[in-house]
Amino acid sequence: MSDLLRLATAGSVDDGKSTLVGRLLYDTKSVLADTLDAVHRASADRGLATPDLSLLVDGLRSEREQGITIDVAYRYFATPKRSFVLADTPGHVQYTRNTVTGASTAQLAVLLVDARKGVIEQTRRHAAVLALLGVPRLVLAVNKIDLVDYDEVTFSRIAKEFTAHATALGYTEDAVVEIPVSALAGDNVVEKSANTPWYSGPTLLEHLETVPVEPDPHDAPFRFPVQYVIRPRTAEHLDYRGYAGLVAAGTVKPGDEIVVLPSGRRTTVTKIDTADGELTEAAAGQSVTLLLADDIDISRGDLIASAGNAPTVTDDFEATLCWLAEKPLRPGARVLVKHGTRTVQAMVTELRDRFDEQALSSVDSPGSLELNEIGRVSLRLAEPVPLDDYSFSRRTGSFLVIDPSDGSTLAAGLVGAPLPELDAESCTEDGDTAAQDNRALVSPGP
Amino acid sequence: MTLALDTLGRLESEAIHIFREVAGEFDRPVILFSGGKDSTLLLHLAIKAFYPAPVPFPLLHVDTGHNFDEVIEFRDRVVAQHGLRLEVAKVQDWIDDGRLQERPDGTRNPLQTVPLLDTITQHKFDAVFGGGRRDEERARAKERIFSLRTAFGQWDPKRQRPELWNLYNGRHRPGEHVRVFPLSNWTELDVWNYIEREGVELPDIYYAHEREVFLRDGMWLAEGPWGTARDGETLVRKTVRYRTVGDGSCTGAVESDAADIHAVIAEVAASRLTERGATRADDRLSEAAMEDRKREGYF
Repeated sequence: MSDLLRLATAGSVDDGKSTLVGRLLYDTKSVLADTLDAVHRASADRGLATPDLSLLVDGLRSEREQGITIDVAYRYFATPKRSFVLADTPGHVQYTRNTVTGASTAQLAVLLVDARKGVIEQTRRHAAVLALLGVPRLVLAVNKIDLVDYDEVTFSRIAKEFTAHATALGYTEDAVVEIPVSALAGDNVVEKSANTPWYSGPTLLEHLETVPVEPDPHDAPFRFPVQYVIRPRTAEHLDYRGYAGLVAAGTVKPGDEIVVLPSGRRTTVTKIDTADGELTEAAAGQSVTLLLADDIDISRGDLIASAGNAPTVTDDFEATLCWLAEKPLRPGARVLVKHGTRTVQAMVTELRDRFDEQALSSVDSPGSLELNEIGRVSLRLAEPVPLDDYSFSRRTGSFLVIDPSDGSTLAAGLVGAPLPELDAESCTEDGDTAAQDNRALVSPGP
Repeated sequence: MTLALDTLGRLESEAIHIFREVAGEFDRPVILFSGGKDSTLLLHLAIKAFYPAPVPFPLLHVDTGHNFDEVIEFRDRVVAQHGLRLEVAKVQDWIDDGRLQERPDGTRNPLQTVPLLDTITQHKFDAVFGGGRRDEERARAKERIFSLRTAFGQWDPKRQRPELWNLYNGRHRPGEHVRVFPLSNWTELDVWNYIEREGVELPDIYYAHEREVFLRDGMWLAEGPWGTARDGETLVRKTVRYRTVGDGSCTGAVESDAADIHAVIAEVAASRLTERGATRADDRLSEAAMEDRKREGYF
């Protein structure tokens, strides 16, 4: 079992997300005495009777002033069973881009809903973003269960509605778990609650400690974006020429035949070097240096891949974008695409559709893609690049869209269409009642 | 044979990846190096990232003039041992020529910001590595691994770039620079466990030793060029060690018998105080002390 779980939290404003994270930290004794003293003092200053655990995580001045979370915060805690890296992401609609940030590296996401409100627009939007970014597992924490008198019927209704939505997004039933909690009172967060005798599942922490973690894809074909060429030019290492990088997918051994893309030159790996000595094999997630049999021209931005199963090299492709910038995307936009270790000029030639995460349907040929919107586009690149589909590899199927004028990050890009089943027809015609119900709740778009 | 990396292996691999990204994308990177444990770890990882070639960056130390002798000696020895280039920006020089004024409380930690920004501008450094960790403090928990700073060195928490997957966007305009934090995801305990595993040498003052100290605002301060005990404060001899090493005027020692790395790890694991809360007067100024200093250009 993996000893590290990367998770993200998502929820709407006032769902109690920061309080839940504070509760997890507090009940796992991850909060040290001086930090806790500061929270007690600040809570008392505000006239609160009990410590406000959200103050443990809302670190910025404006966050504490407004009582909301603005920016993604990273938290670290550990139990005897596992270490956790938690990306706590804000709930406001205008901060959805931070949910995308947190989700891009998460192996599991905890989505919060208020038991009094159930599944709302933001819940569906967040679930769609999590599904799109390929977060393998979801937990729905039905929070403030104390405020509905620990009512089983309310919980079951919300759980059922959410399961239907998650299933429509492509999740299998065992990838989604619903838990009734009260972050404020502590019910089912770390300790099992006596107030929910009808609930037999795990507490949130029990689930986080035991949920299987999908390992890096070792059985996938080898992918290695070259970051840097190491040439010491010292007397001891006169002819040393190593290609440094992080294995993005698969494994590599000395003797393996590889191809360098986009050039297409082939050679074999002679040695896998690290500062701790040579390795007999390297796998996804490891930073290593490869030495090759032939002296061929390789530089930063090239991709080394297994010769038998290499990605397609193309300058024209379809992708899904999560638009993260205030200024909208319009067809014909000139941007930069950063893929792996290569940055190339690109043009968005077509906006094919915009995904309506409420109705789980798509709108064809929108005039623009606005902040927080998700859509499929066609891109043309100034030079060909080796691309994998995002559904094949999060590391080699992802890219950034960058503004060439000021360098800001405009969008999260995913090669292909990771949610192909979300075409309007496939979602509604198979009689998915949840999707139908959701659709009925949506007001007509502009 | 298992190929899965453990937690420390993942953290090391991530840090090496970050160093190599910066080497590949920036013209003039520099590593902030004080001789403290986080910057020593940073240097250790940089050496591993480019092995067997030398580290392709110089080092920069903003010297408050209130350093512990043992740390400066250690700094210079490490620099010589690895054949590195070290640039030192002395706060005293800025005070001497009037660009900075001594604070009434005598603390020089906040005075580091101006010499740091001046030196970055003068040398046209475009990427500046720091040893900051997100577990240190609430404002740091919101920091990106690649953190864009304006031409005035300022951090605007509301204008941070989204950081997606392990794709770092280091693009910046002339005059702007990027602070880079390869240890972002490490905890204090990870740092110590890794130092033990790799056998990284640290200045002696991280381990228990006897020292003349006096109690001020609940912290054991040592005497030095920054001052000594005032009226009502008494110098006493104690067995102490340092959990953080910074400006002597505001860095407190903790009472400890932890004389070696194993004892330190046991102590850190059992500690009920954060390292900054226990030993840094500068973070106690207000609820948002760190955020305010970061906005001004501090690390």
